[in-house]
Amino acid sequence: MLINYPNSPDASLANEGFWLDKSLWVALVLAVFIILFGTRHLDASERHEGMVAAIALESLVKLVAFMSVGVFVVFVLFAGLQDLFQQVALSPDLADTLRLDQVPGGTTGWVGMLILAFLAFLTLPRQFQVLVVENVDEHHLTRASWLFPLYLLLINLFVVPIALAGLLLGDVADDPDSFVLTLPLSAGAEGLPLFVFIGGLSAATGMVIVETIALSTMVSNQLIMPLLLRFRFLHASQPGQLAGWLLGIRRVAIVLLLLLGYLYHALMGDAYSLVTIGLVSFAGVAQFAPALLIGLYWRGASRLGAMLGLIAGFGVWGYTLLLPGFAQSGWWDMALIEQGPWGIEWLKPYALFGLQGWDIYTHALLWSMLANVGLLVGASLFSRPTPLEQTQAALFTEAMHPNLQGTTLWRGQTTQGELRDLLARYLGAAANQRVFADIAESQDAADQIASHALVTRAEQALAGSLGSASARVLINSVVRGEALDLEGLLSILDTTSQTLEYNRRLEQKSDELARIGEELRSANERLRELDRLKDEFVAMVSHELRTPLTSIRAFAEILRDGDNLPEHKRQHFLGVIVHESQRLSRLIEEILDLARLESGRLTLDPKPLDLAQVAQRSVDAISRLQENRGIALDSAIDVEPAIIIGDEDRLEQVIINLLDNAGKFADTDQPKVRLRLYRHKRHYRLSVEDNGKGISEDERERVFEKFHQIQEQGEVPRGRPKGSGLGLPISRGIVAHLGGRLWVEDAPNLGGACLIMELPEAPEQAQ
Amino acid sequence: MANILVVDDEPNIVLSLEFLMEQAGYKVTTAEDGEQALACVESTPPDLILLDISLPGISGFDVLEQLRAQAATERLPIIMLTAHGREVEREKGMAMGADDYVTKPFSTQALVEKVRQLIGEEAS
Repeated sequence: MLINYPNSPDASLANEGFWLDKSLWVALVLAVFIILFGTRHLDASERHEGMVAAIALESLVKLVAFMSVGVFVVFVLFAGLQDLFQQVALSPDLADTLRLDQVPGGTTGWVGMLILAFLAFLTLPRQFQVLVVENVDEHHLTRASWLFPLYLLLINLFVVPIALAGLLLGDVADDPDSFVLTLPLSAGAEGLPLFVFIGGLSAATGMVIVETIALSTMVSNQLIMPLLLRFRFLHASQPGQLAGWLLGIRRVAIVLLLLLGYLYHALMGDAYSLVTIGLVSFAGVAQFAPALLIGLYWRGASRLGAMLGLIAGFGVWGYTLLLPGFAQSGWWDMALIEQGPWGIEWLKPYALFGLQGWDIYTHALLWSMLANVGLLVGASLFSRPTPLEQTQAALFTEAMHPNLQGTTLWRGQTTQGELRDLLARYLGAAANQRVFADIAESQDAADQIASHALVTRAEQALAGSLGSASARVLINSVVRGEALDLEGLLSILDTTSQTLEYNRRLEQKSDELARIGEELRSANERLRELDRLKDEFVAMVSHELRTPLTSIRAFAEILRDGDNLPEHKRQHFLGVIVHESQRLSRLIEEILDLARLESGRLTLDPKPLDLAQVAQRSVDAISRLQENRGIALDSAIDVEPAIIIGDEDRLEQVIINLLDNAGKFADTDQPKVRLRLYRHKRHYRLSVEDNGKGISEDERERVFEKFHQIQEQGEVPRGRPKGSGLGLPISRGIVAHLGGRLWVEDAPNLGGACLIMELPEAPEQAQ
Repeated sequence: MANILVVDDEPNIVLSLEFLMEQAGYKVTTAEDGEQALACVESTPPDLILLDISLPGISGFDVLEQLRAQAATERLPIIMLTAHGREVEREKGMAMGADDYVTKPFSTQALVEKVRQLIGEEAS
């Protein structure tokens, strides 16, 4: 077959039955091989380390084979690279092919091709399988990051020389894909092509194997099993039965996938070359890249965005590459490509929106990526990633972070016994042995709570066979409490921050309470102080009331008991009783005034009045009394009228009180009192001074205290009636109520004390 | 005839006490404040003192204390008069050696009776 190649007839569905097509049989043989190789036993996990080792060896074989051909072509058929390129330069047609514009799509196409290859290397299922799924240790990536590019470099080293040599030496009709075979064959070297064929065969089968296993695993683990596990009957099935299901699904998937591959080859094979088929699929799987890469670096990417991006990307890819492929193969009307659907020019699949001149791959890549990335970013901006998505992203992107390795994601509890049962049912005894290797089996142990590490180990074991989605469902079924997914984690965080918030509020409350307590304490102290003052006041009032009452009672009893009292004595004593009664009445009145002032219930009747008149009336009222006592009273009223807002009766009471006090404290021998009324700025001042001893500085405020009796220097000269000690406090209260002030100063003219009352001038409109 | 010293700063109260004591047959000396009272005790030693507590200057308590401190007046009968009805003051007065304590306003008959008793005791 090898020697006859490429002259052997091509199989095709059109002229012979498909069962005569050897490609079909190759596909079926491969299916059997993969089923035997990849789904051999129950614990057929997602990982196939044996297979990976075989593929690794195969890739080495391929590399050696390809490089051997390269060396053979360059150094046997030609005398080194220089000779090859010199010969190429002699042929203008060939030299032209080396120019960049000979690449389909020109420079743009070249760049587009590079991007496609770059994306495909990450997202092709087989690449993803080996790079991610089969990865047993993240640290392997470090080596892979230089070894894999090196491999690619080496295997591509002789691509251009072999291609040029093939074009120079080979039959023009030859398929360039076969140069590696035809060049050594035509040179008569028969051993090398055999080796290359084995290399190529192993490379091709290896690729098919890995691809098929990857896809079948994805189909069984991510699509079918999670669906099936939703049905109860699977949980109730016999131990090992589930694994049977799983293997069955995978085997069916393998056969179906290979048949699909064969169908594509049979139906589309004429339209696209091998490279073309590859590029079409590259462009397809490249649609996964935006979600994968953007998701890695942009935490804002959301599931919704990824879904929409994928759907749109695949849609555009299908329309711009897949559908035209069908058309070119005769399965669709070519009018789609030439005129566009329904004759709409700008919807032509190869020239979408009028974009022409690009190769079909770059064209498709541009539009599909635009739709994909646009929707991914757009939808992500309008939707928030759920906490679960964020956590998954964190665990995925921080895989190398030491703190996250071995992170347990379980919060609930289960017993070791239950875990054993679960593993035995789904994975069988062997797996059980592995997971519980270091734990002795006993009744005690079965009842013990399984550690988080053990639960995680069990989940990993299940995930190995059934896929992570199914494993999560199963572990959930035995673990009481839910799996600690990100939502759980975040809710714990939430709870913690809520607790912190509560604590903060509690602290605030307790601070508040402490403050209120402090306020209460001080209020209590104030109340005690007020209580003490009230007691004192009551005692003082009692004392002041008892004094006149004592005289009244004594003389009343004397009058009652003394039948033979001389008339003048009787009259005298009756006079005392009347006088003391008046004193008592006055005192009661004052006490009531004071109480009203202090409780704010003092009724004043403020209206515009002339203070000069009130002052004059007060002087008139008291002058006779003062005269009787020999007090010289003079008044100097400088302003008239002195309009203020006030209560006439109360002001008269205040002024008389001031004059009376001044009289009491005036000089004993030549008592003098002077009243003055004058203007001071926007106020009127009424001063009453005497020629007594004056009031010392530290007494000047105390004279306004209730029941304060001026001691020593300010003492009332003998023979003068004492006051109650309430006159000044009441006067000050009244003045304050009228918006004025009352205070003590040194007398400016007479040398004794001077009391000054100041009241604001009435507003002009009131005058 | 026994001599009674009346000490009070209220003229009308002094007047009534003076009349009452004279009517009861005693000779009366009066003083308006503590200093006068002490001077009177010095010049005309009384047989009994009616002593008001709230006096200008030195108080009735001070006068009492000084008199009790002197040998001559150590046992002199003294009746305290006060317009303060509080029990504390009564106890304080009694503790300081007052013979009796009368709250104003007082019953004239009761007061005269007390004076009689104290002077009688002294006489006997």
